[in-house]
Amino acid sequence: MKETEISKHTISVLVDNESGVLARVIGLFSGRGYNIESLTVAEVDADAHQSRITVVTSGTPMVIEQIKAQLSRLVPVHKVSDLTLAGPSVERELALVKVIATGEKRVESLRIADIFKARAVDATNNSFVYEIIGSPEKIDAFIKLMAPLGLSEISRTGVAAISRGTLTM
Amino acid sequence: MAERILSGSEVVLQALADQGVEVVFGYPGGAVLPLYDEIFKQNRIRHVLVRHEQAAVHAAEGYARSTGKVGVVLVTSGPGATNAVTGLTDALMDSIPVVCLTGQVPTHLIGNDAFQEADTTGITRPCTKHNYLVKNPDRLARTMHEAFHVASSGRPGPVVIDLPKDILVGKAPYMEPSQVQHRTYNPVVKGERSQIEEALEMLASAKKPILYCGGGVINSGTQACKLLTEFTRMIGAPITLTLMGLGAYPASDKQYLGMVGMHGTYESNMSMHDCDVMVAIGARFDDRVTGNLDFFAPNSQKIQIDIDQSSINKNVPVDIGIVGDVGHVLEDMIKIWKAKQYKIDATALDSWWDEIEGWRGKHCLSYKQPKDVIKPQHVIRRVHALTRDRKTYITTDVGQHQMWAAQHFGFEHPYEWMTSGGLGTMGYGMPAALGVQVAHPDATVVCFTGDASIMMNIQECATMTQYRLPIKTVILNNRYMGMVRQWQQLLHGSRYSESYSETLPDFVKLSEAFGFTGLTCNNPADLDDTIKQMLEIDGPVILDVAVDDKENCYPMIPSGKPHNEMLLGQETDGNEAIDSDEGMVLV
Repeated sequence: MKETEISKHTISVLVDNESGVLARVIGLFSGRGYNIESLTVAEVDADAHQSRITVVTSGTPMVIEQIKAQLSRLVPVHKVSDLTLAGPSVERELALVKVIATGEKRVESLRIADIFKARAVDATNNSFVYEIIGSPEKIDAFIKLMAPLGLSEISRTGVAAISRGTLTM
Repeated sequence: MAERILSGSEVVLQALADQGVEVVFGYPGGAVLPLYDEIFKQNRIRHVLVRHEQAAVHAAEGYARSTGKVGVVLVTSGPGATNAVTGLTDALMDSIPVVCLTGQVPTHLIGNDAFQEADTTGITRPCTKHNYLVKNPDRLARTMHEAFHVASSGRPGPVVIDLPKDILVGKAPYMEPSQVQHRTYNPVVKGERSQIEEALEMLASAKKPILYCGGGVINSGTQACKLLTEFTRMIGAPITLTLMGLGAYPASDKQYLGMVGMHGTYESNMSMHDCDVMVAIGARFDDRVTGNLDFFAPNSQKIQIDIDQSSINKNVPVDIGIVGDVGHVLEDMIKIWKAKQYKIDATALDSWWDEIEGWRGKHCLSYKQPKDVIKPQHVIRRVHALTRDRKTYITTDVGQHQMWAAQHFGFEHPYEWMTSGGLGTMGYGMPAALGVQVAHPDATVVCFTGDASIMMNIQECATMTQYRLPIKTVILNNRYMGMVRQWQQLLHGSRYSESYSETLPDFVKLSEAFGFTGLTCNNPADLDDTIKQMLEIDGPVILDVAVDDKENCYPMIPSGKPHNEMLLGQETDGNEAIDSDEGMVLV
């Protein structure tokens, strides 16, 4: 088989919002040796008690197929959708980035934040907390640029994703 | 219908009755006392008291596997639940429908490290198909019914319901099974028609076809096994079965090649290796079947039928994967094959069978029975011969005796063979036999075991006595953990580290101590008479047979080797060593 190439996939999973459901999903990944690069979960339909889990994982096509099949057979799972294969999709992540610096470095961090359309959501005389929203790659780039400018702490939400156009899960 | 308000325990018992449960295998304890009180007050559901919770689950597995129904287990919280974990894992690996009720400390104490508290749903999450903790009495009845649906539909498996004591004591509404519909879990049973057509076209064009069938056929039911036989005879192809599939197709049939895999027959494995179209039906390409994946059936196109999508393309990529219940798919396959008047090329099929006959000519299961020592294979063959006119169920433990039983006992019907295939649980045999005998009180139930395996749930002798279950336990006693010794001989320079049974009990006295008959046999000339004597005794018997302690289980595909590199054993007097570092790291 030539299909040994590893690729990254974003998978959305609609689940019953019941206790233990996240443990089932995470346990499946760790128990079978799959990779989790990012995972987010929140309730999306309070009346139906449904949550949406977005998981970014990587593997060969056979492994990705396995992951989806394994997720689908969990009892509280309603739907599994591979956004990477389903068509174009939007992926967004939010990060809070703390930069501690004074003088030129502090000003430079503000300039870069401006270019990235990051907002300062907290400020003291020698620190900023920036809020940045974008694709994971954009956030990676922002963090890289902040590194020499007093970057001291990062909190990221992980990826939320949805397909473009009229396509729904 | 108006809701009836009952106590939690009454709801549980009512739900069991409405699910058609006749028997529960269990062991009481503090957290489940309200349920045991309820059991005491009624006559509809029988309770069988085992002597260890692991045995309760194996008994339920034996019951389930020999009837096609769901096996039910009742254990207490904490150690009751943790003792059940091995059985649950066993049921998960072999896809056996089991509902296991576990007691739990009252809801207000959960998480407080209370006496006999364990995080049962946490511990059993990876070893069950699904599990529930019932915290809300309104959900109790629904959960009970849902659990039976989940355990028995799709790919079957074990389901745990954790029941806090306050839920059992308090009031709860009851609803009938018909009032419960599952929101998400509704497995596909019908196969995609276009895929079935495509698969049959592929099969019809085959020159060297083979059907490779597993436990999924048996799980699909007796009707599915009948359809499999019909289909196989219709197309004229050879068929092989996995360890879990034995009985899905009659062993005496000429199209049957024997078991496939590590200790399968030479003709099965060679046919798997050389085939050009393989149809896997309810079989999951387990490593014990495939051997080295890099060399597995290298020139074949593969079709796989399975109710569990995650079994398709898991270990071996297939050309066509059909998700559906084996019985439904086979029904469609037979219809379409007939309608399209397909036929496998007769000349090609004849020369394929000629090739197979050549492999059969090796007589890979043959052995010589000398005058002075009993060969273990011979014991299996003689028990088979002497039970042929009875309805007989076989259970095994795990190891050499298990493989010999699989190789030498011809299974003609489904539901008659109970073994721990996936997990390989020593200690499975006797408790599974309990479950089988409870389900079939008039049948002959034989448990083949080894001198090491039998010690791993020996306490169940007391259960046999208490319920007068006339199980015939046959120990192939070679004073070794035979399969461990065999691997040590083949892979570890005959260094028999800790695999000798230094101090075995006197099994005759042991049997007598438990209140039933013990027999021994060490002379080949006495074997038949002793087996007959055992079968005629109206009660449990342990027959301790001293067998050749050097006998190895052949044929064998050593770990890491392909199907066409089997060890046959006959030419080598069992003295071959496998020179393979790669094999040594594999299990």
